[in-house]
Amino acid sequence: MAEAFIYDHVRTPRGKGKADGSLHEVTAIELGAQTLRAIRQRSDLDVSLVEDVVFGCVDPVGEAGADIARTAALKAGYGKTVPGVQINRFCASGLDAVNLAAAQVMSGNKELAIGGGVESMSRVGMGASGFGIAVDPSVAIDTYFMPQGVAADLIATKFGFSRNDVDAYSVQSHKRAHAAWEKGYFNSSVIPVKDINGLTILARDETIRPGADMQGLASLKPAFAMMGEQGGFDAVATFAHPDVEFVNHVHHAGNSSGIVDGAAAVLVGSKKAGKAMGKAPRARIKAYATIGSDLALMLTGPVDVTELVLKKAKMELKDIDLFELNEAFASVVLRYQQAFDLDPACLNVNGGAIAMGHPLGATGAMILGMVLDELERTGKQTALITLCVAAGMGVATIIERV
Amino acid sequence: MKLANFRFETDADGIALATWDMAGRSMNVITPEVMSDLETIIKAVAEDAAIKGCVITSGKPDSFSGGADLTMLQGLGVEYARLVKSKGEEPAMSYFFEESRKLSLLFRALETCGKPFVAVINGVCLGGAFELALACHHRIVSDDPKTRVGLPEVKVGLFPGAGGTQRAARLMQTGDALQMLFKGEQIKGLPARNMGLVHQVLPKEAMVEAARDWIKAGGSGVAPWDEKGFKLPSNKVHSPAGMQIWPPANAIYRRETQGNYPAAQAILSSVYEGLQLPMDLGLRVESRYFAKILRSTEAAMMIRTLFMSMQDLNKGARRPKAEPATSLKTVGVVGAGFMGAGVAYVTANAGMNVILVDRDQEAADKGKAYSHKLMSDQIMKGRAKTADREALLDRITATADYSALAACDLIIEAVFEDPKVKDEVIRKIEGHIRPGTIFASNTSTLPITGLAKSSKAADKFIGIHFFSPVEKMMLVEIIMGKKTGDAALAMAIDYVRAIKKTPIVVNDARGFFANRCVLGYIAEGYEMLLEGVPPAMIEAAGRQAGMPVGPLSLNDEIALDLGLKIMKATEVQLGPNAIDQRQKAMLVEMVDKLGRMGRKAKKGFYDYPEGAPKRLWPDLVKLQPAHLKPEQVDMTMLKNRLLAIQALEAARTVEEGVVTDPREADVGSILGFGFAPYTGGTLSYIEGLGAARFVAMCDALAKSYGPRFKPNKQLREMAKAGGSYYAATKAA
Repeated sequence: MAEAFIYDHVRTPRGKGKADGSLHEVTAIELGAQTLRAIRQRSDLDVSLVEDVVFGCVDPVGEAGADIARTAALKAGYGKTVPGVQINRFCASGLDAVNLAAAQVMSGNKELAIGGGVESMSRVGMGASGFGIAVDPSVAIDTYFMPQGVAADLIATKFGFSRNDVDAYSVQSHKRAHAAWEKGYFNSSVIPVKDINGLTILARDETIRPGADMQGLASLKPAFAMMGEQGGFDAVATFAHPDVEFVNHVHHAGNSSGIVDGAAAVLVGSKKAGKAMGKAPRARIKAYATIGSDLALMLTGPVDVTELVLKKAKMELKDIDLFELNEAFASVVLRYQQAFDLDPACLNVNGGAIAMGHPLGATGAMILGMVLDELERTGKQTALITLCVAAGMGVATIIERV
Repeated sequence: MKLANFRFETDADGIALATWDMAGRSMNVITPEVMSDLETIIKAVAEDAAIKGCVITSGKPDSFSGGADLTMLQGLGVEYARLVKSKGEEPAMSYFFEESRKLSLLFRALETCGKPFVAVINGVCLGGAFELALACHHRIVSDDPKTRVGLPEVKVGLFPGAGGTQRAARLMQTGDALQMLFKGEQIKGLPARNMGLVHQVLPKEAMVEAARDWIKAGGSGVAPWDEKGFKLPSNKVHSPAGMQIWPPANAIYRRETQGNYPAAQAILSSVYEGLQLPMDLGLRVESRYFAKILRSTEAAMMIRTLFMSMQDLNKGARRPKAEPATSLKTVGVVGAGFMGAGVAYVTANAGMNVILVDRDQEAADKGKAYSHKLMSDQIMKGRAKTADREALLDRITATADYSALAACDLIIEAVFEDPKVKDEVIRKIEGHIRPGTIFASNTSTLPITGLAKSSKAADKFIGIHFFSPVEKMMLVEIIMGKKTGDAALAMAIDYVRAIKKTPIVVNDARGFFANRCVLGYIAEGYEMLLEGVPPAMIEAAGRQAGMPVGPLSLNDEIALDLGLKIMKATEVQLGPNAIDQRQKAMLVEMVDKLGRMGRKAKKGFYDYPEGAPKRLWPDLVKLQPAHLKPEQVDMTMLKNRLLAIQALEAARTVEEGVVTDPREADVGSILGFGFAPYTGGTLSYIEGLGAARFVAMCDALAKSYGPRFKPNKQLREMAKAGGSYYAATKAA
């Protein structure tokens, strides 16, 4: 089997996903196109070599509808010969897009492809593409559908994380993200989003609060308590996990991932493609895996899929230098850390979505790029990237520097 | 026009009046003949150019109709089963589907015949009858306080399958429609209009004229949803509004039903899918779900127990036929404590006079004050007027004078549950009552035959076991002592019917029927605790199995010290092997050492913090000799155990002759202790699984968990012979 390598990656900064967010004026297509232009410019890439653009997008409707991958590639000037496909596995779509690009290279079917993703949550809106599994009684009931926040609270309750625990994790995320920016760790990969005149619209992640502290977070009310109690979801949670007598609601906007706009792209190719481009590979995509897991906990898939991807890579936990797990909710990360007894110093070392936000379809590609930069900066070798996914799924990828 | 169940006349204005008035029935009911008449009427109205529209009303003075004849639906199931055997699954299902949606198609034909129909409703109009009304283009109900409309099908495991879900959800906001369909409540005239279910509320004399006027004024014969540009009350299903409605609706279904009621889930799906379709297709989808639900075990069992059997028992099915009608004007209640006070209230509330006697005037007055309190609560809720309270209190005479009992037609003794106290009181009462007066003793634990020994007339002596709180619990156990005669039984049944509760008649044995089953449930909870099952899972298993509360909660409500007392008494009487010493040790720890006696002590298996929900006592796990991890516990097994232990006890009461009629075990278990209603009751649970399967399950449980799960001989033999409790009763 051929090997797939990462040759480059970029991401936009993440803008607050509301009407007053800096990227609200930028269309989803343009956001995606800017990452593709950057990939092209940084390597002076002959884009005719690109055989596919795979973009994750979770709400592919409105301006993001009708295959935004092909649309963004066309807008970026990749020309008529470069096809594109949009995929959706909820929050892991961006990582899945990279995995799918890699899979095409590994299969020998393609030499060079781009994986990435885009989400303008301020313009399209979460849930805009409909939500059959949440609304259709014939599936929603049997699959224990709950809003993710309630599932995150169930995880916290079941595995014993207090409000203090989740808030403390949030403070750490903000501190780490802020420090990373201050030390310039993100500079090589974050491309400023610019207007048509070349003026910068946004250059840095917009939602980091370096001053976040326990006291400030403590003043926030649990966001999912009312929904859980009045909407019946707590009863669903305790039905599915009867060892939990009641759900302790600990999550709020301050310890959950932020709603933001953003895009990312990763250039993936074979050794041969590297030669054709005249570029050295930065890392090998060693293995990837997808999994379905507990529907009610919903967000513990990373634990299961980590075990699976390690098996596929014939590696052990100790072979991984850095772990990057999307910070959908603080309890998701704390459970992961607990399940594998991980040293917090090797997990989400530069902060994550609690501080910087989670542009759904793009995040997977973003965090893969972030951890690759960190491996290079620290001279480490291997990283495992994973995300929890709605409907109880999980996706993971192991990369290894070459 | 030949009609068997309707009168049909057309006035000078060309407005037809179809008056539904079935001969030989006090209430109209939808039968195949009624459906055929309706078809004729619809055809006549549609085709006769001289007829402008039609008013449908009832010829019965106090009611429109109670709905469809459920035996008609049962008959369909029998035919289906026959066809499966003779022609195969698919042709049988095809027949069943078409037949089960005939009523829906008939109503749709009425709705789309081109001429306006008006429903004029006085009194009850429920189920299929209200679905008929919903298919009419205009609905007028009377302002009579007895008028009720509604779709109560879900209460017997069905759902409104003749357009009810589709029309309700097109008339009302989706959330309101779902709530109405879920609850199956009967709705009075004015609220029905406010909900948008009917158009006008009028005095009954004015209704037909108003209906005619509406047609004359050009009332449309096209339903709103058949008009172009019709907008759903809650907008589209797939919309931000829909996201606010559907996920919580699905979750609340889980919360309210624990997933045990397929009919309620079918309501959700019918509405969800139907609202995305034009009316005819929406009705078709509703029919598909209806055909499925109609064939469900839950529907079969719930219809049998909660409709048929309940109706039979409420009508006095067990009353000795030869006994003449009794005259019940004045009831003596002796003992004005919590039970006696409740008995006095329900008796006076039913219009009877009550002589409430206790040892002194103060105690008697205190008992009467309970009625004052209950009526005041009703007044606060707007369900009664001050005058009602005064009238009810006037019917209760509180006194310490036993001689007042001479006026009574029936005596109910409700003094402290102590054989000595009871003996004394029985003798004292009998010194004052008229000879031949029926004497009922309220007891939950003392054998009636024993108490009857205190009486001069054991044939007139009977047990009446009320459940607590009396005013809320709908079941009454009537206990036959060895010598109790038919006159006493007839009187007891007449009394229970008069207070609008459901009687079951059981023979004398320790614990009678209901309490025996319940004790098994609670004891199984102890067993699980001792095995190391996490307490939250024990409680969840009880609820998920369909019980109103978990076994530990129930124990807290009853009080742990009571259980310990019974256990110690049993040990003294029957020796140390008669009880489970491990269970006793745990109770001794809880009650004697820790004072955790239950809700009354604000601590038991649960803590009861002020102003906050109760929570399992965190240290309970420390009393457990073993601990299982959640993933080691099989919830299905727990649920099976909790239901099977009760069903087995019920089966034993049948073998012992305590219960002689399966209807009583089933109705009694649901009304008495909330046994998983979707099963149809303790014996129907066995039959729903199949007796053979149930026996096999219990044998397996006995192997793993102990001989308490061993099926009794009669059950085993019945299972082997492929028999059933109901078939056996019918044969006898």
